[in-house]
Amino acid sequence: MATVTMPQLGESVTEGTIIQWLKQPGDPVALDDPLCEIETEKVTAELPSPFEGTMGEIFVPQGETVPVGAALCAVVEAGASGTPAAVGAADAGAIATDTCPADVTPSAGRWSGGPMAIPPEERELPKVGANGHGEQRAGGTAASVARSSATSRASHQPDNRARFYSPAVMRLAREHTIDLAHIHGTGVGGRVTRKDVESFVASGAPTSIAEPAPADAAIAEVAAHAHAAAPATLTPTGEFETVELSATRKKIAENLRRSNLEAPQAWTMVEADVSGMVALRSREKERFQREEGVELTLLPYFTAAVCETLREFPMLNARWEGEELRQYRDLNISVAVATEHGLVTPVVHQAGDLSVQGLAKRIGDLVQRAHIRKLRVEDIEGGTFTVNNTGSFGSIASKPIVNYPQVAIVTMERAVKRPVVRDDDSIAVRWMMNVCLSFDHRAMDGLQAGNFLAALKARIEGMG
Amino acid sequence: MAETTVIEAVRSTLDEEMAGDDAVFIIGEDVEAGGVFRATEGLAQKYPGRVIDSPLAESSIIGVSIGAAHYGMKPVAEIQFADFIHAGFDQLCSEASRWSYRTRGDAWLPMVVRTPWGGGVHGGQHHSQSIEAYYAHMPGIKVVAPSFPADYRSLLKASIADPNPVLFLEHKRTYRLVKQDLAAAQGETQLGRSRITRKGEDLTIFAYGLMLHESLAAADTLASEGTECTVVDLLTLSPLDTETVLEAAKMTGKVLIVHEDNLTGGFGGELAALIAEHAFEYLDAPIRRVAAPDIPAMPFHHAMESFFMPDRTKIAAAARDLAAY
Amino acid sequence: MTAVRSRRERSKQLIDEYLLSEHQLAQMYYYMLLARRLNERMLALNRQGRAPFVIAGAGQEAAQVGAAMALKKGTDYVAPYYRDLGVNLVLGMDAREAMLNLLAKRDDPNSYGRQMPAHWGHRERRVVTQSSVVTTQFLHAAGIALAAKMRKDPIVVLASCGEGSTSRGDFHEALNFAAIHRLPVIFFVENNGYAISERTDKEMPLEHVADRARGYGMQSAVVDGLDAIATYQTVAPAVAQARNGGGPFLIEAKCYRLWPHSSDDDDTRYRTKKELQEWARKDPLKQFRQRVEDDHIFPPSELDEIEGRVEEEVRDAVEWAMQQPDPAPEDALGFVYKEL
Repeated sequence: MATVTMPQLGESVTEGTIIQWLKQPGDPVALDDPLCEIETEKVTAELPSPFEGTMGEIFVPQGETVPVGAALCAVVEAGASGTPAAVGAADAGAIATDTCPADVTPSAGRWSGGPMAIPPEERELPKVGANGHGEQRAGGTAASVARSSATSRASHQPDNRARFYSPAVMRLAREHTIDLAHIHGTGVGGRVTRKDVESFVASGAPTSIAEPAPADAAIAEVAAHAHAAAPATLTPTGEFETVELSATRKKIAENLRRSNLEAPQAWTMVEADVSGMVALRSREKERFQREEGVELTLLPYFTAAVCETLREFPMLNARWEGEELRQYRDLNISVAVATEHGLVTPVVHQAGDLSVQGLAKRIGDLVQRAHIRKLRVEDIEGGTFTVNNTGSFGSIASKPIVNYPQVAIVTMERAVKRPVVRDDDSIAVRWMMNVCLSFDHRAMDGLQAGNFLAALKARIEGMG
Repeated sequence: MAETTVIEAVRSTLDEEMAGDDAVFIIGEDVEAGGVFRATEGLAQKYPGRVIDSPLAESSIIGVSIGAAHYGMKPVAEIQFADFIHAGFDQLCSEASRWSYRTRGDAWLPMVVRTPWGGGVHGGQHHSQSIEAYYAHMPGIKVVAPSFPADYRSLLKASIADPNPVLFLEHKRTYRLVKQDLAAAQGETQLGRSRITRKGEDLTIFAYGLMLHESLAAADTLASEGTECTVVDLLTLSPLDTETVLEAAKMTGKVLIVHEDNLTGGFGGELAALIAEHAFEYLDAPIRRVAAPDIPAMPFHHAMESFFMPDRTKIAAAARDLAAY
Repeated sequence: MTAVRSRRERSKQLIDEYLLSEHQLAQMYYYMLLARRLNERMLALNRQGRAPFVIAGAGQEAAQVGAAMALKKGTDYVAPYYRDLGVNLVLGMDAREAMLNLLAKRDDPNSYGRQMPAHWGHRERRVVTQSSVVTTQFLHAAGIALAAKMRKDPIVVLASCGEGSTSRGDFHEALNFAAIHRLPVIFFVENNGYAISERTDKEMPLEHVADRARGYGMQSAVVDGLDAIATYQTVAPAVAQARNGGGPFLIEAKCYRLWPHSSDDDDTRYRTKKELQEWARKDPLKQFRQRVEDDHIFPPSELDEIEGRVEEEVRDAVEWAMQQPDPAPEDALGFVYKEL
């Protein structure tokens, strides 16, 4: 037995009314015979029978209104023929009597109308906000001005640029098992860029933090203060704050540890009479400021003297390359700069070719950029000897750590007025400055180091 | 060696193609007299009956080409300025782009629509527009936008040989401005392939048309400053050579997309989305676009036109920012 | 009343009078009736919820069949519009295919389920694929004719549309182009009085679409589109002339749309039952039947035989088509671009 249901006649129709039954139970029904007349808000039409056979029970009496999909009547089919009736019947049988077909997706095999007919369950469209997607442009001028810029702008910049890692950087770190904290960032705000990571990898830097070796632990103990000296089992109690180490700090720590670990370092000092150098600087200071816009300190004079002396003692102008010790012709002087982020040593390349003025300008530029974190990779690479102006803190003697992989480092301590005894035993007030040298004892002995310092002292004392 | 301009490359290629296949014919306004840009100079005389002046009716030009292509000819239609193609949008969108699809390939249209586009010629509102975004968005149409004469030649040949409707965009500013020794140059022969024109490890620039040349100029400037750019000539916008695009983006992780079209909804957005989705882990900076502001393209007075159009200076500035990021 | 003659004499007489043989006249009725019965069955299926959309040509069968029979099958091209089931049947579509198309079945050669029903297209039959956008096909027809002329192929293109389509720019551009180039195109307008709900006075300031031909320097004709024989007798000579280089024609067939615009349209909103009843009396099928009887073209039993045959074909077509496979979801993919 097959069930005939209320079809959807016309767009947006939801229900229909039976105007008149044209067949009564027991009447023969041929295919397409009109069964009844249906009226909807859109059209009135006869319902052609989808089945052939005998009219069965009528479920909806004349005059009554039922929703689309409701069962209207039954038709007792003549035999079980493979007629199209089978298709409709299967659907009809599955339909509940008081609801539309729950599943009217196209694949369900039931059509609910042409392009202008809205399937019943889709009639209620979700409400979209008045401006909806166009909210941003509804304001017209303001929005369009914002968008009229010729280029798109990056909208968000994280506050701590040093900690911001791009997807490319993260991927490379993962691939090469690198701790990004070790890498110095040359991007805007000190951001570690892809190229920074690639250079780091290319320079053969350690790819992971190894467990501290016993030797490291020993050195760490010696270098540290009270805490390390105490037995390991006794940890200090009381409130404390963990000091978070910046990437730069960590890198500095790593470099210095390495330097200490690998290079047996010795130290020596001379004192020099810099009265002449001080006077010379005083004479040049104003003109220099006026002409170059750079403040003239003693450092460029000192550095010029260092360069000349290194020419005499080239074994101090060297770098380790693995096991190989390379003595360089170029004098690439690393200048230690203490920034608020940590120590950096930018390099004045070919410093030996520069005059005092040239050195002053170049050092001034590097220092300035170091402070605002605008140093480029090439600014910090390739140094062969380091000069450290420790005197700027007021120090009169210091023991610098050799700047790995270089082999020597010299400090310029503070110039102070002192009473000194002259050759003729008279006492005079002179500007005196200590110059300290730490050196890698593998690369040279005290003789070379001492001679270097003596020559440097002579040059400095000869200035002015 | 003799250098050939873009327009001469187009003209000589049309000549060769018509000589080689009598199914190829030209239809458009003023084509018999040689065309307002001289793209069809001399062809009407050389191929009588095969260079046909159309009435002033763009829908006709496209619609008639569709019929002729359906019949088995190979029409190369010319729309005098891309700005006027809009009257034929219906024929392109409702008909040409769907022809093969709605017949499952029983029918197809080997037709080419050539049209001059772009600004920098004091053309004002209706002789300067970029139209590629509308058509690159349309499945079933291919969109080609070369920059160099050798590519104009080889890609026009490929477009004529293609059994699909191809929109062949010729940047009018480059018609006589850009020259190349065709004997020495090797043009791209396949639709759907882009070319890495220049390699550099600091950032990648994607461009097409006049902007490709501006990008190369900007890349030269940046090179003198120590920044090396990869520059990709897209050549075909649809279908897009996603492989080359992603490869070039991954090379540097810093992407700059340049086009003359308005920023919003321009083709650059599609490239940006593609790269962001498929090369995310290679990105070392936000993807940037240099494009025209969202102003109806484009104002006439030369000062305003310059303001509107991207150029090598604007590209270089954006590239510098990106390199420093 | 003419006296009964021998069969051969009778045939000759028919051809003299109608330009059509007895067989052709019988075919004419067959196609018209098949178109109508198919459309009726399609609408019934729609009312039963088994077919999504029906857009029929009831009332226009005579115009369509009369015109299509004037063409050279397999040679001439046709760019029809959605009501032209009659045209397609004449050119070789059978009832089964018509049903495949209605049900958007996977194997319907017109568009394989990718377009709505009644969007015709067939390579071998030279039926040009068309979209839902009316009138665009007129430019395609002009292009085909232009190409054929360039190739020196003696073909004719029949482009048909409703009178509403003649308001669109492409109509005017196509006539203009075809006239300039003297192309072998028959622009065949089936003026059925309505563009959905709009009567002709809203589509044009003229009484006859054919009057537009003067603006294009084109030959034209107005014919009673309810009379298949008259339509044939008008179109056939135009086709012959066009084929011989006589240029394009604009032929307007006056007919009447007996049914609503489509299965989604309620025409009681804009026309009266009285009007419908008036036109139903002039139903082209009735007219043809009457003509056959009045002029003794062939015995009524032959008409009955055709009716029986058509009924059987339609029943078979529905049964068969219902069982044919639907497209799979992934069949949406492919052929965005043609690859040779």
